[in-house]
Amino acid sequence: MLDFKFNELKLKSGETLAPVTIAYQTFGTLNKEKSNAILICHALSGDSNVVEWWGKMVGEGKPIDTKKYFVICSNVIGGCYGSTGPATVQPFPSITISDMVNAQKKLIDHLGISRLLSVIGGSMGGMQGLQWSVAYPQMVKSVIPIATTTKLSAQGIAFNEVGRHAIMLNPKDGLAVARMIGHITYLSDEAMHKKFGRRQKEGGVEFEVESYLKHQGSSFTKRFDANSYVSITKAIDRFDLAENYNGLAEAFAGSKEIKFMVVSFTSDWLFPAYQSWEIVKALKTNSINVSYRNIGSTAGHDAFLLDDPQLKTIIGGFLSNV
Amino acid sequence: MFKPDYDQIVKWVEPGSRVLDVGCGEGLLLDRLIKEKNVHGVGVDNDAKSLDLCITKGLSVIQSNVDQGEGLKDFPDKTFDYAILNDTLQALHRPLEVLLSMLRLSKKVIVGFPNFAHLTPRFYLFFQGRMPMSKAMPHMWYDTPNIHFMTVKDFQLLCKDQGITVLKQRYFGEHFESVHPFLANLLAAEAVFLIKK
Repeated sequence: MLDFKFNELKLKSGETLAPVTIAYQTFGTLNKEKSNAILICHALSGDSNVVEWWGKMVGEGKPIDTKKYFVICSNVIGGCYGSTGPATVQPFPSITISDMVNAQKKLIDHLGISRLLSVIGGSMGGMQGLQWSVAYPQMVKSVIPIATTTKLSAQGIAFNEVGRHAIMLNPKDGLAVARMIGHITYLSDEAMHKKFGRRQKEGGVEFEVESYLKHQGSSFTKRFDANSYVSITKAIDRFDLAENYNGLAEAFAGSKEIKFMVVSFTSDWLFPAYQSWEIVKALKTNSINVSYRNIGSTAGHDAFLLDDPQLKTIIGGFLSNV
Repeated sequence: MFKPDYDQIVKWVEPGSRVLDVGCGEGLLLDRLIKEKNVHGVGVDNDAKSLDLCITKGLSVIQSNVDQGEGLKDFPDKTFDYAILNDTLQALHRPLEVLLSMLRLSKKVIVGFPNFAHLTPRFYLFFQGRMPMSKAMPHMWYDTPNIHFMTVKDFQLLCKDQGITVLKQRYFGEHFESVHPFLANLLAAEAVFLIKK
C-alpha cells in the first residue's frame, strides 16, 4: 500500500481537513500516454485492495484486465484503512461523497493522469463515479455506476440510522448490529432462502441465518472502526448529486463527452433499479451516450460483488470499446 | 442473411443523424447504420443476451420493456432524427402506443413489418385452414411472438386514422424483389414505411 500526503483538503462543510493522507494501491502498468488508468471506487466497508474484494472482476486476464489497464483504488477519507479518518484526526469533521472524490482527484493529479479511461464503482463506489462525472467531467472518459443512486432512498437512510443508533449506544456491539442489518439489506428474500432456508445449526440451537449474521457482525468489529462507519454512512445519506442544480438532467449537462454504462440488479431493494433508470433518463435528456442493463439476479444488492457472468461480460466488453 | 429491409432502412437514414432502434436485437442494423451512415445510434431491447452482445460490440443499448410502457416515455420530444421499429410491431402488446411514442420522440419513424395479406399466407389460410407458417413465420400459433398481425392496408389505414404522414413506402416480395405499391397488399411479403407526425 502506498501513501499520498498533501497539506489540506477544503471540505464541503467549509471546514478544512489537514494534513491529509490517501492510502492507495495500483495494479498493472501505466502506459506512456497515461491513457489506460481506471479508478475503482470501493463501497462502504471496502478498501484499496480491489483484487481481493473484486477478484473475479479485476486482475490479469479478468474483465478489468491488469495486463491492459492501470487500476487505481484508494481508501476513502473517513475510512479506517490508512486514509485520513476519525482514527487519525479528532474530532473528525463531517465529510461528503464529493469530499472523498476531491481527495481522489488530488491523487490522480499527483499520479500525473489527466484523463481516466474509466471510473467504476458499485453502491457508494458508484456514487463516487457519478460525482466524478459531474465534478470533473473533463477528467473521465467513461463511468460505470453499478447498483447505485444519485440520492439514497428514505428506506436506505432508515437502515443506516438504525446502525448508527446502535453504535451510539455501544460502539463495539453497535457496530456488529449495524453490520448485521447491513447484511440483511444486501441480500434478498430469495437469496436468503437459497443460502440458509430454515436450516438449523447442529443441535438446533439456532438457525443458520442467525449464526451467519452473528459471525458477520463480530468479524466486522475486528476490521472496522465504529466512527468510520458513522462518518461514511452519514456521507452516503447526505449525497445528492443534483442538490446544486435544478434537477438531475441539469447536473449532467457538462458530462456530454463521457460514455456511461449504468447497471442495476433486479433483486436489489436497497438501491432499486428505478434509481438507476433515473440516471439513464437524465443522461438521455442530455443526449449523453449511455448503455443500461438491469441484470436479472436473485442475489440482491450484493450481486455486484459476486461472480456474475453477465456483469463480467458487459464490463469487459464496454471497457474494450471506450 | 440478405435483408432487403435493412438495405432500405440504411438508404433512407441521413448520414450523421441520431437514431433509436427499438427492438434492436443483436444490433446488426444499428452496427450497419453506424458503419455506413456514421449515425449516433442507440438500441433498445429487453433481451439480456442480445444486449450483452451489443455492449461487447461497442454499441449503446438501453434495457427496457417498451411494451410495458417503460422507457420510451422518458425520452424528450424529438430527441432522435429516426426511430426504427423493424420486424417488431407485430410482436408488441400495445403496438399503437409504442408507435405513437416513437413518433413523439423522433422526427421520423421507420417501420418494417411482414404483410399478413401476402399471397402465400392468404393461400395457406384458405387452402389449409390453418394459421400460416413460413420461413419468415416459423412458429406455431401458440408460441409465436407475433401476436398482432396486420396487412399493408391495415397499416395504411392506421396512418390515415392517426394523422400520420407516410413519406415513403417500399415493398418486397418473397424473393426480395421490389413490389409495386398498387399490388403491395397482395404481393408484398415485407413492407417498410417512413412516416412522421
